[in-house]
Amino acid sequence: MLKLEKRPTPSTFWQYGTPVVAVLLTMVAGGLLFAALGKDPFAVIRTIFWDPVFGEFAFYLRGQLLVKAGPLILIAIGLALGFRAGIWNIGAEGQYIIGAVIGASVGLAAYPTESRWIFPAMILGGAFGGWLWAMIPAILKTRFNTNEILVSLMLVYVAETILAKAATGFLRNPDGAGFPGSRSFSSYKAASNPEIFAGSGLHWGGVAALVTAVLAYILLERHRLGFQIKLAGQAPRAARFHGVNPARLVVFCMGLSGALAGLAGIFEVSGPAGQISIDFNQGYGFTAIIVAFLGRLNPIGIVFAGLLMALTYVGGEMAATNLGLPSAAVQVFQGMLLFFLLGVDVLTNYRIRFFWGMK
Amino acid sequence: MDFGAINPTILIASLMVAAVPIMLAALGELVVEKSGVLNLGVEGMMIIGAIAGFVTAVHTGSPVAGFAGGAVAGALLSLVFAFLTQFLLTNQVATGLALTLFGLGLSSLAGQGYNGIKPPATHAVPFGPLADIPFFGRVVFGHDWMVYASIALVALVWWVLRATRLGLVIRAVGENHEAAHSLGYKVNRIRLGCTVFGGAMAGLGGAYVSLVRVPQWTDGITAGAGWIALAIVVFASWKPWRVLIGAYLFGGITVLQLNLQAAGSRIPVEYLSMSPYLITILVLVIMSSGRGRAGLNAPAALGQNFHASR
Repeated sequence: MLKLEKRPTPSTFWQYGTPVVAVLLTMVAGGLLFAALGKDPFAVIRTIFWDPVFGEFAFYLRGQLLVKAGPLILIAIGLALGFRAGIWNIGAEGQYIIGAVIGASVGLAAYPTESRWIFPAMILGGAFGGWLWAMIPAILKTRFNTNEILVSLMLVYVAETILAKAATGFLRNPDGAGFPGSRSFSSYKAASNPEIFAGSGLHWGGVAALVTAVLAYILLERHRLGFQIKLAGQAPRAARFHGVNPARLVVFCMGLSGALAGLAGIFEVSGPAGQISIDFNQGYGFTAIIVAFLGRLNPIGIVFAGLLMALTYVGGEMAATNLGLPSAAVQVFQGMLLFFLLGVDVLTNYRIRFFWGMK
Repeated sequence: MDFGAINPTILIASLMVAAVPIMLAALGELVVEKSGVLNLGVEGMMIIGAIAGFVTAVHTGSPVAGFAGGAVAGALLSLVFAFLTQFLLTNQVATGLALTLFGLGLSSLAGQGYNGIKPPATHAVPFGPLADIPFFGRVVFGHDWMVYASIALVALVWWVLRATRLGLVIRAVGENHEAAHSLGYKVNRIRLGCTVFGGAMAGLGGAYVSLVRVPQWTDGITAGAGWIALAIVVFASWKPWRVLIGAYLFGGITVLQLNLQAAGSRIPVEYLSMSPYLITILVLVIMSSGRGRAGLNAPAALGQNFHASR
């Protein structure tokens, strides 16, 4: 029989060890899944995890890694700050969409003016849009005690309808012969977000993600507010005695994660996606939840987690084209990763004891 | 706006059908939450039930087998959640989210090649001449058996929770797990049982979506119904009969907005299709405003893990 025994203090070894073990377990379970789908598991795992970094087309795919990792890291850092404080914003997908729509509207309103101020204004618009969308669950939570999980999630569906309306209605390209989708940002120089070094895949969104990671790390480790966030999550009562205002913390964490998701949205739309279209959002807002946990809710950990998750996206696309792996298989793979992460994490706080017979 | 084009008899009859999936899922989640477990994976279990039910029904040709298959699949997925939260003591919110993400992916993987197929039809229960009575014939006697089964299940859950020993134990575990443990009840096992019941109900509701409500398979077919079910549990203040009212209310809104779209109302389609979600938020605000957890009647140990350390 097995028994769990609480450790006196959390194990430092397992704090760093769990993500690694979880990734390995996911590879094994994923391999079994791919084998069940009739694919060679070793070939699939190699295509997903090895080829994008070291394979034949790595010169191109490495750039794609940064393209995918940027928004994931940006969103996940915001979410992680909230999760640490026990504030569950799970509607980042909606904030990402609204940020993109408002930011794009700012840029398109100025079309065809060429000015160096247009792109910064769009960025501000994106952050504002995401912040605004996150303020709805935040205010409802602080004023009316409404569950932020359900409200922020419901708003994702609302945001998706607004996006559909934007792509087919108020932001549709007037010269687009009636096709859905806005004007292309790549051909509108003042509003585009190209690669900073050609072929590197690094655009301003990636830079923002790395800067945010450093700032968030400083906030958590060196700033009073970061201490309050951690305290509110671990010991809400103690936090209140310490003078933490729970309502203000909700507004701060939700607002920050919303603004970061909105930033990710506008960087994506003006860069890799290129235009507002009905389905430019690729579920980054949901995958970022996995990234936040994989990075152990730690900004620096999230950078690595975001890169790893980007690997599953890029490698998954490779496996789809080269080996005919269904693209949904990658989603299953990512979901499994979160299961294993959460499950293995028990080792951080508990010790497993084996014993014979009943006790 | 033209309300004349909408027939109230058909509206009421179809809202009863539209309400079944969220009613079943919400009823299951109510039992889960009564035992102190917050499973946010309802959406994932529903969509797994939807695809499993669909596949089973298409291959066996029997909708009854389809519903059974949906319930079994939902229960299996909830078993993963129960194992993680009850025995590995993982965070319930995060694990529930994982369940939804995993379920959405797995359903779309399993559903490949099933697009555009029609499932075997679930027919209305033959009530003979009763079905020809004006209004009542259509509203009361014109449904398939799942509509009646869902109402019967509400009554059953109400009776079990209120009047049986099992119900008392479930409520005790959900209100105060320490006390229930010291009385000798196996907290984690009772919660496991409740979670699996909730999974089966969510799977059943999902199967109803793909077999009767839509009826076909498309990716993301449940479209947030699982989350609305979670909101209905809050709306219902954890009381079974109010789940029925809540589900009919939301079924009504869904059907009404679809009817308004079809009737060519002047309200833009986008605003109509976002209305169920907006109204869910509004209802949550009204229900929660000015009240703490106790005022809402939420189980006291909701979302807290239990580990018997000796």
